[in-house]
Amino acid sequence: MNAVTVYVPRDSAALAVGADEVAAALQAECARRGLALNLVRNGSRGLFWLETLVEVATPQGRIAYGPVEADDVPALLDAGLLSGAAHALCHGVTEQIPYLAKQERLTFARMGITDPLSIADYEANEGFAGLRAALALAPAAIVHQVLDSGLRGRGGAAFPTGIKWKTVAAAQAAEKYVVCNADEGDSGTFSDRMTMEGDPFMLIEGMTIAALAVGATRGYVYIRSEYPDAIATMNEAVARATAADYLGDDVLGSGRAFHLIIRKAAGAYVCGEETAMLESLEGKRGIVRAKPPLPAIEGLFGQPTVINNVISFASVPLILARGAAFYRDYGVGRSRGTLPMQLAGNIKHGGLVEKAFGVTLRELMFDFGGGSASGRPIKTAQVGGPLGTYLPESQWDLPIDYEAYAAVGAVVGHGGIVVHDDSADLSKLARYAMAFCAIESCGKCTPCRIGSTRGVEVIDKIMAPPSPKTNKPQQVQLLRDLCDTMVHGSLCAMGGMTPYPVLSALNHFPQDFGLATPDREAA
Amino acid sequence: MNPTPASVTQAALARHAAEPGALLPILHEVQDALGHIPREVVPQIAEGLNLSRAEVHGVVTYYHHFRAEAPGRHVVQVCRAEACQAMGSDALMAHAAHALGCHTHGGHGSTSADGRYTLNPVYCLGLCASSPAVVVNDKLHARMTPAKFDKIVNALGADA
Repeated sequence: MNAVTVYVPRDSAALAVGADEVAAALQAECARRGLALNLVRNGSRGLFWLETLVEVATPQGRIAYGPVEADDVPALLDAGLLSGAAHALCHGVTEQIPYLAKQERLTFARMGITDPLSIADYEANEGFAGLRAALALAPAAIVHQVLDSGLRGRGGAAFPTGIKWKTVAAAQAAEKYVVCNADEGDSGTFSDRMTMEGDPFMLIEGMTIAALAVGATRGYVYIRSEYPDAIATMNEAVARATAADYLGDDVLGSGRAFHLIIRKAAGAYVCGEETAMLESLEGKRGIVRAKPPLPAIEGLFGQPTVINNVISFASVPLILARGAAFYRDYGVGRSRGTLPMQLAGNIKHGGLVEKAFGVTLRELMFDFGGGSASGRPIKTAQVGGPLGTYLPESQWDLPIDYEAYAAVGAVVGHGGIVVHDDSADLSKLARYAMAFCAIESCGKCTPCRIGSTRGVEVIDKIMAPPSPKTNKPQQVQLLRDLCDTMVHGSLCAMGGMTPYPVLSALNHFPQDFGLATPDREAA
Repeated sequence: MNPTPASVTQAALARHAAEPGALLPILHEVQDALGHIPREVVPQIAEGLNLSRAEVHGVVTYYHHFRAEAPGRHVVQVCRAEACQAMGSDALMAHAAHALGCHTHGGHGSTSADGRYTLNPVYCLGLCASSPAVVVNDKLHARMTPAKFDKIVNALGADA
């Protein structure tokens, strides 16, 4: 009898709910029963409420079971797991699970399907096709493809990737660098982590294409220390890619060199800001630099440097392999392509949803997410990380599109969506935003360093029990003035955007601050 | 035989000193081996990289990940970021502090009086769709509850 292939994810979200124990139980129980098992540790499909999601290869396709715990394994085998038989935990053919079937997975096309560290798996699923296409093009033509695709920085700032590359390509220097910002510190985001753990060669391929386009020979991936599994997987993937000549002195016999180095960060949120990250890579405190000069002109070690987020680089191989038009045909307005969005927090079906721009928050939270995990009504969602706004229900039908969000003062950012139910107190979350900024501020500019601490104090005064001495409208005005100073006077987005969650909480949920009517009218 | 702080630091310097921007990799290697970065190795690192002691000290103290003091025998981290807050991490943190005999005043961690546990807040582990999340001695745990937390802590056993 042939060995049956069974997939148990190695993504850290699966490991955190016992995937290793499930894998061990499967091996032990199959050995005991004399069943031949071919165990593959794949990436995660991104359906995290079903983790550990075990899949079995059958003639009908891969059949999904989840959430599986180690204790479930004997009963699952009794029921006929290895032939894909019915069971209470069985969800049928994985690809037909509506959550997956309704997505538009371009960047995440291989996610959860392949063994992340198998170059053969990667190549069999369109891997390195983009790099091979790029090697046949002149550097300027590569840049042109990326420009034409409409790809904008997926880290949050949404700057056109092709323009950045064009600037670095035009700069004259003996050494240029390609740096990947994998300091994914935003709460509610995990698409970078999934990419590095679940499809690391895609990031390596994207960075190599960038290096060819701009004439760089060295690259760094700066990964947060909170992601030990991603660091280990990336290190192994770089070693394997180097051994197979996808990296090194002579990339695929082209005569072009590209060396990639994995660097571990050290737990400073502000190092997700690109210039603070450069300082950190140079071995210094992660203090924000004043711009200009732009990193594209004077970046790492003073040399021209391409800096992009993981998902920006990861989007590039497909653009080169299928052409700019293929990617550009997805999306709306000036937001082209797809965004791997991350449904998190108090949500029943949390996970990774890759859709073309234009999907709405309501569709994501209800059609995909299934409402709150607690079963209580959803009150708000914070979109775009700790520096993003809290969106009230009146904004849930906006298309997710950089410009449509900007028009209401919100940000799409890195596509993280943190859902809160009606037990959330927005005054506490606003206070937390200021307190987080106080902890994480690099300290270089005053509005951020001092403003955040003053912000906590003012919110505490607003929330203090009423007394004859407190003048609440005055304190609210003070908070607004402080936010104005931080927005316009901070050196980077840390201080400059901390007011976004604070003001959105105040504007949309005044009752949580003990303000009976929207305070604009009251003040 | 345990390696001494000086020998660990010497090995880290030998491995990394020639790299551009070598300080963070060296500090990581020292902390991974010793559990913290003892004050006495700061001058050694400074000399090895031709930096001032102040520059090395500044980097050690700037980053939350680096510790100048030895932690407790078990290090527990509880995520305090928004996604975990939405699923009750404030209450979980309070439970953990009580269960481990640690406090978390001012957003920083602490070590229990008997030196058994260090409890630290952490800001996002990337498990935001499986909140709340904790780390116990480098092992991730998601969808945490106070009852599951107690089970994990009790399983650490009596080591001293």
